Amino acid sequence: MSQACSSCLGRSQLIGELAPAIDTALERRPALGAEVLGLDDSALRSAFGSVQESRGMERATVTGVEAVCRHSKRFPQALLELEARGLDTPAAIFVAGGLDRLENVLDGPAVTIVGGRKASGYALDTAYGLGRSLAAAGITVISGLALGVDAAAHRGALDGGGSPLAVVASGADVAYPRTNRALRDRVVEEGVVISEMPPGSPAFRWAFPARNRIMAALGAMTIVVECRARSGSLITVRCAEKLQRVVGAVPGRIDSRLAEGSNGLIREGVQVITGASAVLDELFGVEMGPDGPRGAAIELDPTLGEVLDLAVAGSSPSAIGAELDLAPGRVRAMLGELELRGLIARDRLGGWSLRQQ
Amino acid sequence: MHTSVATFALEGVDSRQVAVEVDVRRGLPTFTVVGLPDAAVREARERVRAAVLNSGLDFPLSRVTANLAPADIRKSGPSFDLALAIGVLAASGQVPADAARDCAVCGELSLGGALRPIRGALAMAAGARAAGISRLVVPVQNGEEASLVEGVRILPVPNLAAMAALLRGECDPEPPRRRPPAPRPPGPDLSDVRGQADARRALEIAAAGGHSLLLVGPPGAGKTMLARRLPGILPEPGFDEAMEITRIRSVAGLGDGSLALDRPFRAPHHTISASGLVGGGSVPRPGELTLAHRGVLFLDEMAEFSRHALEALREPLEAGRVSVTRGQRTLDFPARVMLVGACNDCPCGRREGTCQCAAVDLARYSRRLSGPVLDRIDLVCRLDPAPPPSDGHEPPGEATDAVRGRVAAARELQSARLRGAAHCNSEMDPRTTYRTVRVEPRAFRALASSPGFASLTGRGHDRVLRVARTIADLEGCHQVSGDHIQEAIGFRVSRSLEMV
Repeated sequence: MSQACSSCLGRSQLIGELAPAIDTALERRPALGAEVLGLDDSALRSAFGSVQESRGMERATVTGVEAVCRHSKRFPQALLELEARGLDTPAAIFVAGGLDRLENVLDGPAVTIVGGRKASGYALDTAYGLGRSLAAAGITVISGLALGVDAAAHRGALDGGGSPLAVVASGADVAYPRTNRALRDRVVEEGVVISEMPPGSPAFRWAFPARNRIMAALGAMTIVVECRARSGSLITVRCAEKLQRVVGAVPGRIDSRLAEGSNGLIREGVQVITGASAVLDELFGVEMGPDGPRGAAIELDPTLGEVLDLAVAGSSPSAIGAELDLAPGRVRAMLGELELRGLIARDRLGGWSLRQQ
Repeated sequence: MHTSVATFALEGVDSRQVAVEVDVRRGLPTFTVVGLPDAAVREARERVRAAVLNSGLDFPLSRVTANLAPADIRKSGPSFDLALAIGVLAASGQVPADAARDCAVCGELSLGGALRPIRGALAMAAGARAAGISRLVVPVQNGEEASLVEGVRILPVPNLAAMAALLRGECDPEPPRRRPPAPRPPGPDLSDVRGQADARRALEIAAAGGHSLLLVGPPGAGKTMLARRLPGILPEPGFDEAMEITRIRSVAGLGDGSLALDRPFRAPHHTISASGLVGGGSVPRPGELTLAHRGVLFLDEMAEFSRHALEALREPLEAGRVSVTRGQRTLDFPARVMLVGACNDCPCGRREGTCQCAAVDLARYSRRLSGPVLDRIDLVCRLDPAPPPSDGHEPPGEATDAVRGRVAAARELQSARLRGAAHCNSEMDPRTTYRTVRVEPRAFRALASSPGFASLTGRGHDRVLRVARTIADLEGCHQVSGDHIQEAIGFRVSRSLEMV
């Protein structure tokens, strides 16, 4: 049974048809995209040229993409808050990966991770680590499948065994950017990709700021990993603030232009995110997780845990072996296991450090 | 009247047959050598004339012309002296003209007529066998070495007079006597190394599979000490390997005239040039890499070697041979080595606590190693700082003999499995690796799903499998388990996670 009524689908169709005209009109100020969507059908038509009455939903029913409209019970309730806070609730959203999974994914706590397309290696590592640890802790990671921070967060969430949610500016069935095609396919496989644009729609510049409001609404918290002074990530932050969601930012280098925007947020007083535990503390209270008090993030066999502690404290493998009475090969095997599980990283010349958790 | 005498010219570590043609006829007394001789060969004229006269023979007062054929390859070195002298004697009728027919001669002459030893006698004997020549005359000092080649009768000769007597059929030299193989010379022993359990393990794995190894540590930690003990734990070279080692040593003029029983250990200084390292020169000579063939090439202060020199190592290390092209010809030198590198933690060598290096210096230092060499390193191991002086009561470390026993057992498993496809695990090509490294299916599934495994590149992946195979061999296991792979990963060169 369809979860979208024809008037809502008509509205989506209209936006899809007007999208190129809106793109031309907003060429200089794509950030207004979210506000344009607040106009009603007739205002849109008069502003961006008239098209004939909706030609029905032939484009909206692409294989693998389901539609759900605001009048359905299965529509994400968080998006209805947009309207209450003076933003526009999309008439319908299109889901690749299954409506059931979308409901599942949004059933528990969710966190939105955003950041620049051009990002430092540190930011990519951090986004990956946050994505993986949060996913492993049972939290849905929401991001936008763009290059850079978005992709790293999704990758981390997938590697952490989670079902990530991607909100894209193109149609939900379109891989944009093309270099992320493989990643997008993985996300559709394990999680969901959603969009308010009808299937097949290319990515218009104005649609990015517009979709940011959806990302902000779906997450209980929005985290900026790294962004420049003028960045789409800041639009997400403003929406999140309007929606009274928690906002956090990862501290970056003070002399890096790449981190100017995110560091600015910290100056404004948003939460300082120093790791996944900071996010969990903020969402559930100190030392609490989604299911009550949280233990070690990852269960380790006791010896492995001791090896981890010693290695991170700077002990050499020989010293670890002597301390724990392990054969040298055994120590290396355990260090290899810790590295495989992503708990430690090595520098090129053979020392260890704890990976971002 | 003219004659032709067979001899051999060295070409890389091989030899090539050369015919020395001598023509003696009436005319002004001159002695000319043609056929692309280098300076040492042209000077042979004076040595030959003096040696002939000082041996109680006559040097013809005629026009003497010698040609070294084929005339298009460059002849170098003094090993043509004897052939020239015999050509002159035969062409002037002092020895029977056809006496040297089924025979090749090599040797340098002194002015007094005595024969001096030459480089590459083994390669020449091998060349003689390949060319179907049944007898080879060499200086007595080279007799034992040349006789290592079966199927050629070696005639060791002390001087030109004896040579002339041999050709006239007046005497028959005794075949060279082989000295009984000397016991393996005792090298430095592993029991001298205190502590360093981890580095000992790395050394053992490296030796067992022929893997390359990088030792990192502060000065005085014992990097060089460990590396020098590596040849001791390698298995003794088999006959074929010993022949290869002996041949290279002989060509380089480093041999002692008998079969090499020890594996080479070469430790060139870090100021060495690229051609010194991999071989070269206008007449190509083997470089340190080839001199370390079937042994250990130790690069101490690896980060200090010139980038050019390190870069030149890459391809030969992978291929196991060096190709040197000079003029129109390309020579191949064998180069199957175990590469052992050593470097400090940081440029000043005092990383813990007292180091004053700036972050950029540290980054530059590790970058110097990164591209060209770390790609070829199988195991990295960081040494502990030197332990405090012992009170003499702590037990010595495990001795070389015990470790060598385990290494030899692991190598036997390898040669049984590889059946000639490769010498040891580190030499397996990707196909052989894929074919021979069996990982327990359950362990493999667990690994493949772990986040770190995905970041291994294809080459890194094979490298880990080869090292894991060696670790399994050390434990006598037929299948590679998850533990073996994890240990291999624990020792591997790591790089930061690669992401878009």
